[in-house]
Amino acid sequence: MTTEASMARVVPERTLLIRNKLRRRHTSETIFRGLGLLAIILALGFVALLFTDIFRKGIPAFTQSNMHLSVTFDPAVITTGPAPVRTAGQTDADFRDLSLKWQREVAMLNWNKIVEASVRAAAPAGYEIDTKTILTIPETDARHRIREMFVADPSLLGKTVKVDVLASANADNWIKGSIDRSLGDAQQQLKASARALIDQFVTNGTISMGFSWSLLTNVDSRAAPASSGLLGAFVGSLYMMLIVILLAVPIGVCAAIYLEEFAPKSRLTDFIEVNINNLAAVPSIVFGLLGAAVFINYLHLPISAPLVGGLVLTLMTLPTIIIATRGALLGVSPALRQAALGMGASKTQMVFHHVLPVTFPSILTATIIGVAHALGETAPLLLIGMKAFVASVPATPIDQSSALPVQIYLWQGNENRNFFEPHTAAAIMVLLALMITLNGIAVFLRSRLERRA
Amino acid sequence: MNSLIIAALLLVLLGLAYQTGWVRGGSLVTATGPKVHSRPQYHASYVAVWTLVPALIVLALWAVFGGAITSNYVRGLIPADVLAGLDANGFNAAAARIQALASGYGVVGDLAPYETEAGNALRSFQFITFLGVVAAAAVAGLGALLYARSRITARHRARNAVETVVGFLLFACSAVAILTTAGIVASLLTEAIRFFSFVSPLSFFFGTVWAPNNAGGLENPGSYGLLPLLVGTLMITFIAMCVAVPVGLMAAIYLSQYAHRRLRAVAKPIIEILAGIPTIVFGFFALVSVGPFLRDVGSAVGLNINATSALTAGVVMGIMIIPFVSSLSDDILNQVPRSLKEGAYGLGATQSETIRNVLLPAALPGIVGAFLLAVSRAIGETMIVVLAAGNSPVLRGSVFEPVATITVSIVNQLTGDTDFAGPQSLVGFALGLTLFVITLCLNIFALYIVRRFREQYE
Repeated sequence: MTTEASMARVVPERTLLIRNKLRRRHTSETIFRGLGLLAIILALGFVALLFTDIFRKGIPAFTQSNMHLSVTFDPAVITTGPAPVRTAGQTDADFRDLSLKWQREVAMLNWNKIVEASVRAAAPAGYEIDTKTILTIPETDARHRIREMFVADPSLLGKTVKVDVLASANADNWIKGSIDRSLGDAQQQLKASARALIDQFVTNGTISMGFSWSLLTNVDSRAAPASSGLLGAFVGSLYMMLIVILLAVPIGVCAAIYLEEFAPKSRLTDFIEVNINNLAAVPSIVFGLLGAAVFINYLHLPISAPLVGGLVLTLMTLPTIIIATRGALLGVSPALRQAALGMGASKTQMVFHHVLPVTFPSILTATIIGVAHALGETAPLLLIGMKAFVASVPATPIDQSSALPVQIYLWQGNENRNFFEPHTAAAIMVLLALMITLNGIAVFLRSRLERRA
Repeated sequence: MNSLIIAALLLVLLGLAYQTGWVRGGSLVTATGPKVHSRPQYHASYVAVWTLVPALIVLALWAVFGGAITSNYVRGLIPADVLAGLDANGFNAAAARIQALASGYGVVGDLAPYETEAGNALRSFQFITFLGVVAAAAVAGLGALLYARSRITARHRARNAVETVVGFLLFACSAVAILTTAGIVASLLTEAIRFFSFVSPLSFFFGTVWAPNNAGGLENPGSYGLLPLLVGTLMITFIAMCVAVPVGLMAAIYLSQYAHRRLRAVAKPIIEILAGIPTIVFGFFALVSVGPFLRDVGSAVGLNINATSALTAGVVMGIMIIPFVSSLSDDILNQVPRSLKEGAYGLGATQSETIRNVLLPAALPGIVGAFLLAVSRAIGETMIVVLAAGNSPVLRGSVFEPVATITVSIVNQLTGDTDFAGPQSLVGFALGLTLFVITLCLNIFALYIVRRFREQYE
């Protein structure tokens, strides 16, 4: 009896012990689980933070301040003779020389006077402002725009036409409030008289806000920051992507086919395999060093050309495509191979007619993801000279060019921070939009093709 | 214009060859004749390959030697007395004028008496040589075509020949990978050795002062000590791993063990978005948002944190690496056999106890491999550090101060300068070699561990 009684006393104690232990164990379970959830929330939060931050910063740059001016091509300022007309018997070189001489004369004219007159015409009568200050309101490329209009059509002499020009970057900052409007005169980029005039222009409609097409249709510009755009960088990136697709996909797929289907098991193929796995993890900047030493210093290919950039990015993308294609080939069912071989197909026929078509969706996806990755790569491009300032759209892949990520790098370093911080964020938004589109296409095509297969 | 003609010539040759082979191969097939070994398209491809290769060889020879031949001819056109007065640049200018005259574009200004004549001569020379090359290519191609055609018989193994060519092309493609590695190693080594002829390896690897004198030329090159850069690199890598490992690993554990299927389907791709974002974007984010934020937090708690510092770059790099750690760990956790987990549940372990005491120890080698891969990626990362680490190559212990890394210094020393003459730019390659060796060792070791781990559970 006593033993039973003691047991009855002991059991609740042990149960209590176990219950306590269990409670502690469950608490630690909850904590662990909570930590996991916290990690997920943190990771998702970082994504959200990154995107909202870039968007918040970039959206203002998608509007620009346009000035609507009436420009008079005053004969008192434009004093050059008429444009040369080609006469019979002139060689191309002679005519070009004469035209250039005339254009040089036109360029030497004081176009700022014409710009100044047209801005003054828009200002209230008798507004007191000096020449230097009033010229800080329109962007400095206004005079080039007007000059080019005249070169293209010399009959404008003496006429008055409506021209839309951009307001300067500083005026744009003032209007958008990118620079603190309450700062004192010493810290403001524009003089008080210019700021007051800008505000009047905004109220009387001479300056209006619009979608900033110049961001998408212009090339980079240092002298006229408000007009700087992404077109040159976009075309440069486009050329590089074309080169990557044209080279990396065929070479990568062929290499994968060889390694997966044909290569004999030997030291050499083992070596190639280890090699490719390592190449996939080599830092991208090392590929830039390779490009600088081999393509530029040894082969003397043109510096900062999309051709060289494309070649370097191709070498960088190859391992990705090879590894993905090998994975896809490995996944093809042996039954398909055996059926093809059983019907008398040779090995080459089996691979190219039956196995490869099945892997198209995976190869396509890997290609697009590889290309999207290459699109955003910056470091190797800096090493092959793509840091240079290029203010033109490259006509061919061997012309000097910029690239989207390099343009972002250049803009973030511009000293007019108030203007270029939104501009950089906007460029990032364009780049991200391109990459998201590419990835979206990859996902869409894969689901389409896989459903059909 | 000329390249269009050549492309057209090649296309015509190709079409002709393919058609010839096709017709010839097809005509072999008769009801009563012998059994034909290959199908007509293989005969066609066989003839096409035979035709194209000689034509391409002729064209390639011209592409390589044509420039020198033309230049020599132009030299002959310039009178000896004029030529004697020209240096290399002067000769190039004179040659360019003659080229411009020959192309019919003309030149500005008065012509020297010999120039018109030389222009005309060059024009006819260019015309004749072009015709000659095209004709030679066509003849070589057609000759080879006829030879290949004559070899086509019913017993001819055209398919095997074509497949050999295809196999060779496939091998050549996979050799590109080796060539790339060879190119990397060769270019890094040769330029690094040239660097070490200026600066001794000892003072490079163990030097504590990094102060290249970019304007100093050869007399005053400055000092090139690797240690400040190495310390900066390791500091940033360490901070990045401190951010990425807990978050990435816990996220992987939660997603693979706890999360509902639907949460997993949404959260996993979103986290992997981070892996696809270009690093320059992270760099901008670090520079304009994270850096000022950390500085403000620091001043609120009385710490002096620089906006561009090892901490800023490290934290943002950690964010960048999260998906890398999480998806690799996720894969590895999923590879641990279910039986181990179920055994632990059977003994009454809670889910977290199973994960901590069974799953993680079993997956440890694989996870360590994943971390090493992440470390190698962090060491080689460039743009975040270029923008956000402050670029101050001084040996310091504080993570709140600006630092510089190996990759930043490569960018600083090599951008805009392709004249690899002095140690100022060559040091980029020595740094690149160091970086390459470090990451290569990490990668090989990590891939070895991961592979061993996979084999263990297969």
